[in-house]
Amino acid sequence: MSMKVATRQVDGIVVLDLSGRITLGEGSVTLRDAVHDVLAKGSKNILLNLGDISYIDSSGIGEMVSAFTSVKNAGGELKLLNLTKKVHDLLQITKLYTVFDIKDDEASAIAAFKK
Amino acid sequence: MRVSLKLSSSLESVDKIERTAEEFATLAGFDEDTVPNIAMAVREAAVNAILHGNAYNPAKNITATFEANSDALIVRIADEGTGFDPTNVPDPLAAENILRGSGRGIFLIKAFMDEVHFRQLHPGTELTLIKHRAPAQPAA
Repeated sequence: MSMKVATRQVDGIVVLDLSGRITLGEGSVTLRDAVHDVLAKGSKNILLNLGDISYIDSSGIGEMVSAFTSVKNAGGELKLLNLTKKVHDLLQITKLYTVFDIKDDEASAIAAFKK
Repeated sequence: MRVSLKLSSSLESVDKIERTAEEFATLAGFDEDTVPNIAMAVREAAVNAILHGNAYNPAKNITATFEANSDALIVRIADEGTGFDPTNVPDPLAAENILRGSGRGIFLIKAFMDEVHFRQLHPGTELTLIKHRAPAQPAA
């Protein structure tokens, strides 16, 4: 199953609802394109909703790190929402849990962005 | 129990090897928490073989061999590339590497498997991934 992205706006924050698998190839490219598209349109704050992401491999993790860096370099913030246990464990193992700002609740995630 | 696959250097081959690892580990009796970790380690090894080993060269294949015995699951992934120096892999947890967009594959393989061995094939590299069976719990 490839990755799908749905984009919506909540209080000026772009929420990317991701579903499927973020893996080498199509999934990673789809995420990269979605983030670049948001930045190209002038938005800088992105909330990645990973609630329906069933699987991430090392390429997918790398793509999330690259997205984090791209958004930060553009002067914005990228936060993660609704991690599954598997993704949570992967971010802990790779010590990225402390790099990303991770939220369990959309309303508090949106409120946490500097606007 | 033994399965061997010889596949082209494509992402479809990675998916097939991952699915085979999942099915094989399940059939071999590993539990539902361990099977996805084995499948991920095997996937990462297959990605390395195709991407870094064979560099997507359609003239080169990768082989994947799955074996299970009473002690362990043993998976061997071999490419036909120019070789690989496992001592030359940067630590992805180091502060200077933590924000790199790649370089976590070998780390995840080692995190999820009990033993990882590299062997140069001239040409190519073979990774052997071993997951031991959990020791039986003593009777109460």
